[in-house]
Amino acid sequence: MDAIEAQAGQRGRSVGFRRLLEPLAAAAVTLFGLLLITFVIGRVIPIDPVMAIVGERASQEVYERVRAELRLDEPILEQFVLYLGDALRGDFGTSVLTGNPVLQDVWRFFPATVELATVAILIGALLGVPAGVIGAVMRGRWPDHLLRFVSLAGYSVPLFWLGLVGLLIFYLRLDWVGGPGRIDLAYQYTIEPRTRLMLLDTLLAGDAAAFASAVSHLVLPAGILGFYSMAYIARMARSLMLEQLSQEYITTARVKGLSEARIIWRHAFPNMMVPILTVIALTYAFLLEGAILVEAVFAWPGIGLYIVNSVLSADMAAVLGATIVIGTCFVGLNMLSDLLYAVVDPRTRPS
Amino acid sequence: MKTVLRSLAVALAVFSLATDATPSTPADTLVMAKRIDDTFTFDPAATWEATGGEVLANLYDRIVARNIDNPVDMVGGVAESWSVSDDGRVITFRIRPNMTFHSGRPVTAEDAAFSLHRMVLLAMTPSQRVSEFGWTPDNVADLVRAVDETTLEIETTTPLATPFVLNVLSSSIGSVVDREAALAHQQDGDLGNAWLTGNSAGSGPFRLARWDANEAIVLDAYPAYWQGAPEIERVILRHIPEPSTQRLLIEAGDIDIARDIGPDQIAVLQGRDDIGIFSFPKGDVYYLGLNQNVEPLASPRVRQALRWLVDYDGMAETFLNGRFDVHQSFWASGFEMSLTDTPFTLDVERARSLLAEAGYPDGFSVALDCVNDSPQMEICQSIQSTMAQAGITVDIVSGTIRQVATRYRSRNHQIVSLYSSPGYMDPHTMFQYFLYNPDNSDESDTRTLAWRNTWDTPELTAMTAAAVRETDPVLREAMYLDMQRSVQQDSAYIIMFQATEQVAIRYGVDGFVSGPSYDTVFYRNVTKR
Repeated sequence: MDAIEAQAGQRGRSVGFRRLLEPLAAAAVTLFGLLLITFVIGRVIPIDPVMAIVGERASQEVYERVRAELRLDEPILEQFVLYLGDALRGDFGTSVLTGNPVLQDVWRFFPATVELATVAILIGALLGVPAGVIGAVMRGRWPDHLLRFVSLAGYSVPLFWLGLVGLLIFYLRLDWVGGPGRIDLAYQYTIEPRTRLMLLDTLLAGDAAAFASAVSHLVLPAGILGFYSMAYIARMARSLMLEQLSQEYITTARVKGLSEARIIWRHAFPNMMVPILTVIALTYAFLLEGAILVEAVFAWPGIGLYIVNSVLSADMAAVLGATIVIGTCFVGLNMLSDLLYAVVDPRTRPS
Repeated sequence: MKTVLRSLAVALAVFSLATDATPSTPADTLVMAKRIDDTFTFDPAATWEATGGEVLANLYDRIVARNIDNPVDMVGGVAESWSVSDDGRVITFRIRPNMTFHSGRPVTAEDAAFSLHRMVLLAMTPSQRVSEFGWTPDNVADLVRAVDETTLEIETTTPLATPFVLNVLSSSIGSVVDREAALAHQQDGDLGNAWLTGNSAGSGPFRLARWDANEAIVLDAYPAYWQGAPEIERVILRHIPEPSTQRLLIEAGDIDIARDIGPDQIAVLQGRDDIGIFSFPKGDVYYLGLNQNVEPLASPRVRQALRWLVDYDGMAETFLNGRFDVHQSFWASGFEMSLTDTPFTLDVERARSLLAEAGYPDGFSVALDCVNDSPQMEICQSIQSTMAQAGITVDIVSGTIRQVATRYRSRNHQIVSLYSSPGYMDPHTMFQYFLYNPDNSDESDTRTLAWRNTWDTPELTAMTAAAVRETDPVLREAMYLDMQRSVQQDSAYIIMFQATEQVAIRYGVDGFVSGPSYDTVFYRNVTKR
């Protein structure tokens, strides 16, 4: 008896261990693949990274020296191995374009994107999910048409244009919101960047006016990205809910005479939680990747613009460093939504 | 309902608080929107790109300076006067007394010598400019010497035209760095390079207060500046990548100057009485490079024909209006010794007969490398359509500036449409770049534009080398004009335009100066009302 229990306990532990190890191994493989592909793409694009550093007019001597410093005369595979070795030691190299260590750059630009994306996804999810559910329940009636129109608009209007028009109306004409940038110039250099999330930093500094300024700068770009993600989330929520409503158990519930609200929120909704969480997580990951056009219009110093600039100059250390960070976020969000499944859906819990 | 209204009121209060706290820019601060993502160092020995060069002009004093009222003129800088030896090889500079670095130390001849030494020893891109001087890491200590605190002597290995030497020393490499500050921050014998990347140690009207790459550059005024403290206490260059956003910011009054605006923005801003559009002629020229390793382009008659197949005036009067003027020499007008004739116009008939004489009566096909940016693409499209009229099929190959430059540097283009800017204010910078090609082989160490276009130029190479050594100013001018005429008539280039920088400035902001080269932009006379 004792022996059997001990064995079961052991098996339980090893199963738990494997459940932890497997996703980690998968994450490592994913990241490695991501790095490899990014690296190869970076090396085959027809841009000479040396010229970004030395300029058009550099003498051949300077050119060759920098080329050697960047290890570009080594074979590609060797370059990759050298890069991996450095990366594993925590050295992600120095960005050509900013002159800073890549990790320092990422730490500077990523929080700006995180702040924007987080507020945007909150707006998108909190509005999108209920809107989608309502659209499904009232299918074919005016709220549904309105929803479909709004999501189509959110989906098809270019973010760049929306950003400019938004600024034109709410910043220039009405003066309701702060303009491009994360905060007014007056506070730019007075707030200590502790978390580099402007909302938190201004709160930590206890400066109400600075906080209000940060909010007023954030509300428009976050609102626009929120609108954009809401459009997608609402469409997905609508079709997921429609799928649930057509199931037999719903008919059964209706036959049993349950109230419509109870059917939707107690029976149908929990069943669409898993897929809608995935949708939200992926949308969030997409926003973290940097809504480049929004960052450009709002002069938002985020990771998206950083990566685009780096790619265009073949600044590979910067591209790879930022890719790792974003790749890790993707993998992390994926794992997180897996974990959330277990919370919301008992069937996926380990038995 | 009441709570909703109350929270709405709170929200509005928050916003209005925010907007109340947003006056237009502070009275003592100049706020400028500019793309600054080309910046990666502020070390004068390393900087070659536009924004960095511009900022350096405000952080450091150079050995020789440009007249702020007319930057084409040379005036004394750290050196108040100089004399030249009879053989034209030695220039003795008298250092201006009573100048101090931001650290409070006096500016001496030792600092000036040190700055030139470190530039040669670090051997980065800008050191190319002194290659004619014959300075190498081994001999520079002997050739550049501080005789005493107030006397700097520089020697070149061959006699050179004095204006050339002075013009080079008036560029960013002539910036005088505080020797003690640089050495105090030295790491692994880098002569302060790492530290000066993000700090300044000069004597100029401003010091570098802060640099957040891709975000902002902040300069603070230096009250003890020898020409008087700037009226503005702080200059902020904000990185605003989008021209449309720059326009909105200047309209709202959140910036004083917008530096990167295009015709769309200008059309809107021109109608406002609180914003002025100012034009500053630049030394940048736009040209076509004809790779001579491509068969039809190697024919003189074809090169001649192509010159008649560009609609110079048509473009300059329409989509390039205000931004580009027709200019058909690679040395921009406004500089001394520039050739300002513009003999070529669009003349399809003449081009056709030239093509027939060259053996291409039905034209040919050719690829045109083009930067996918405005107005570059429009220029290429215009060329495509005018060349088609003579039967030449132009395939536009577009790419980012770096892609185009990469192909160009490896001689993989057929025709390239690109621009070039003077590295300093002397003709040699452009003549050397456009004409000098001592070795046309693929292995050459001199990859000038002539080399990139596989254009073998034995005579022009010799003449370029001779002109920079010509000590008689009249003869030197004649040589430069001759070369420009010859290049204009027949060469691997078709030079089309000279650029003008258009800047939007808010009413009440005066004294901003943008000279013809990238490193002659000055903030110190700016005032705000």
